[in-house]
Amino acid sequence: MTKRLLHNAHVIDPEAGTVSRGDIRIENGMITQVSQSPLSANPNEHAVDCHGKYLAPGIIDIGVKVCEPGERHKESFKSAGLAAAAGGITTMVTRPDTTPAIDSPETLEFIARRANQATPVNVMPMAALTKGRNGREMSEIGFLIDAGAIAFTDCDHVVSNPKVFARALSYACALGALVIAHPQEPTLSKGAAATSGKFASLRGLPAVSAMAERMGLDRDIALIEMTGARYHADQITTARALPALERAKANGLDITAGTSIHHLTLNELDVADYRTFFKVKPPLRSEEDRKAVVAAVRTGLIDIISSMHTPQDEESKRLPFEEAASGAVALETLLPAALRLFHAGDLELPQLFRALSFNPAKRLGLPAGRMTPGAPADLLLFDAHAPFVLNRFTLLSKSKNTPFDEARMQGRVLATFVAGEPVYEASI
Amino acid sequence: MSFTDKHLLGIEPLRPEAITEILDLADKYVALNRGALKHSDVLAGLTQINMFFENSTRTQASFELAGKRLGADVMNMAMQASSIKKGETLIDTALTLNAMHPDILVVRHPHSGAVDLLAQKVNCTVLNAGDGQHEHPTQALLDGLTIRRAKGRLHRLNIAICGDIVHSRVARSNIILLGKMENRIRLIGPPTLMPAGIAELGCEVYQDMREGLHDVDVVMMLRLQKERMDGGFIPSEREYYHRYGLNAEKLQYAKSNAIVMHPGPMNRGVEIDGEIADDINRSVIQEQVEMGVAVRMAAMDLLARNLRGGPTPSEVTV
Repeated sequence: MTKRLLHNAHVIDPEAGTVSRGDIRIENGMITQVSQSPLSANPNEHAVDCHGKYLAPGIIDIGVKVCEPGERHKESFKSAGLAAAAGGITTMVTRPDTTPAIDSPETLEFIARRANQATPVNVMPMAALTKGRNGREMSEIGFLIDAGAIAFTDCDHVVSNPKVFARALSYACALGALVIAHPQEPTLSKGAAATSGKFASLRGLPAVSAMAERMGLDRDIALIEMTGARYHADQITTARALPALERAKANGLDITAGTSIHHLTLNELDVADYRTFFKVKPPLRSEEDRKAVVAAVRTGLIDIISSMHTPQDEESKRLPFEEAASGAVALETLLPAALRLFHAGDLELPQLFRALSFNPAKRLGLPAGRMTPGAPADLLLFDAHAPFVLNRFTLLSKSKNTPFDEARMQGRVLATFVAGEPVYEASI
Repeated sequence: MSFTDKHLLGIEPLRPEAITEILDLADKYVALNRGALKHSDVLAGLTQINMFFENSTRTQASFELAGKRLGADVMNMAMQASSIKKGETLIDTALTLNAMHPDILVVRHPHSGAVDLLAQKVNCTVLNAGDGQHEHPTQALLDGLTIRRAKGRLHRLNIAICGDIVHSRVARSNIILLGKMENRIRLIGPPTLMPAGIAELGCEVYQDMREGLHDVDVVMMLRLQKERMDGGFIPSEREYYHRYGLNAEKLQYAKSNAIVMHPGPMNRGVEIDGEIADDINRSVIQEQVEMGVAVRMAAMDLLARNLRGGPTPSEVTV
């Protein structure tokens, strides 16, 4: 492995909450030295001049959907891996909501093998909490952990039977497994394509009250209290759910929460005249909700920002809004979209990378996400200011369903390193 | 020329002058329709296709008649019976139709926004004949015309819209149109049938019908859309009729010359008492049907002019 010296960078350390000029030395895939005073390159070292750009721990993205097995035409490990590398994501934590669902050690081993062959970035697969994500019987949690499952989730399927969910939580708890759930009251949100309110009423779209998320979270909190499980809410997107989350954390429950980049940067009005690329799950919220969620990321109440990368082909989006599939690709737009919050003055860069890199690593028990000697050299070099207009057809994902098509954005990845090796370098 | 749009997809994009222009022309077509010779040639040589992805008798008949009276070649396609069942997407259906070179496409679809989507993909003029729970612009225009003819104006009136508002595209289009024309709008119905955030549109919301009907000039009843209800919006039809059905007693609270409207088809004894519906002194329900044909003729005439890129040499003479 090459020894490298990344010098003349602005180093973002989310753990310390600092941005400072610095140099970083890499050996054997690990960070070995971080220095604020300039280091001089050893003769056997490959020196990289960062030209004063930002160097941050690579993004750890919880909840990436790679459509293998089942729908490789939408996204494969190869295409997702290239997109992730180009987006500064060094670890993809993949979702099990494939066809079939990843609910057995055999399927998990299959995708782990596929992932290692095809992607330049780290892949940590999650497994389904219940068989077939049906919410009836728990999956083989123990065997799945042995096969490498990093967390358990039924994704957007809510385990609606509290008895089944409580058992799965306590079983997972005994094995120390993290359960990731989608806080939502499914009987209220069934068939909904928008958040209820003036906009949905005017557009005549079936809508769900923002309260459905609070109800789902409240139920889950009660069950965590009952079972003591390790729990992460995949997406908290409404103001009304935040006090419940705050209380649960204050009560010492093992709970964390994430949110998606789309709920942080877009609101329901962006749907405008039924633009299906803006159809995500849960649906986009009001501007008040968006602001509240941004503030919660700032204070650390919401721990993690994810892309919730969900590839959909053109056919499943070119339909009337109610019929169109939900989800958006976001591996390559996660960073520039998140930088909107930085440029708007909502979040400082260390706060941003705390939610993008440090907290996800901490929650999953990974050594990455830090800028300290001994951490893996999974790094991201980026220019926070470079402006561009996004053309969705330039995305490396097989599916091009991004809501940011033709959007003006700022921030480009210059290089991505995984274990000290460059997996992406921008052509300048 | 105020109405210069290519399509008529909803009331929302229309300016008040455009609405007035359509209604003014519709008035002329009412006269034509009441004459002995009910024919004009303004759409001669043009092809009109009525695509109804949802069952309809009255609206489809009204559009068909309007097209035929203006000399268009009219074709009806009952879409709910055909290709949709074979798995064809809306876009493919649109492209197939596009290849037949229609000039005017009249579309009804069960999903909100579907007609907008279709309009983006075809080269001809598209008229929205109702999309999901979004808009039904020609219904609002015909209601506006009916009110204007009965009341002599379409502004500064107190108008009550009653009943199943949440499922009603007619209500949405009317709220927008009557608001643009500067009327005071009251919405009356049980909270379960009231869309969220509707008061933010500048409507007054009432749960008590008598209170809501107090001193109104127009009472617009809506059909209880039982087919769109998956259980539990109202306790029973008889309780609904008791609280929200329009009868002579409740109508007393409105102005003595208030008119009663209903977009049809009516559920007699559910939202409206049969006697009120048939009372020729109060009910303008039959006029609404008549205005429907005239308004659709006017809308298609104006759209066809826009399609040709200017006014036709043969202005309407009646």
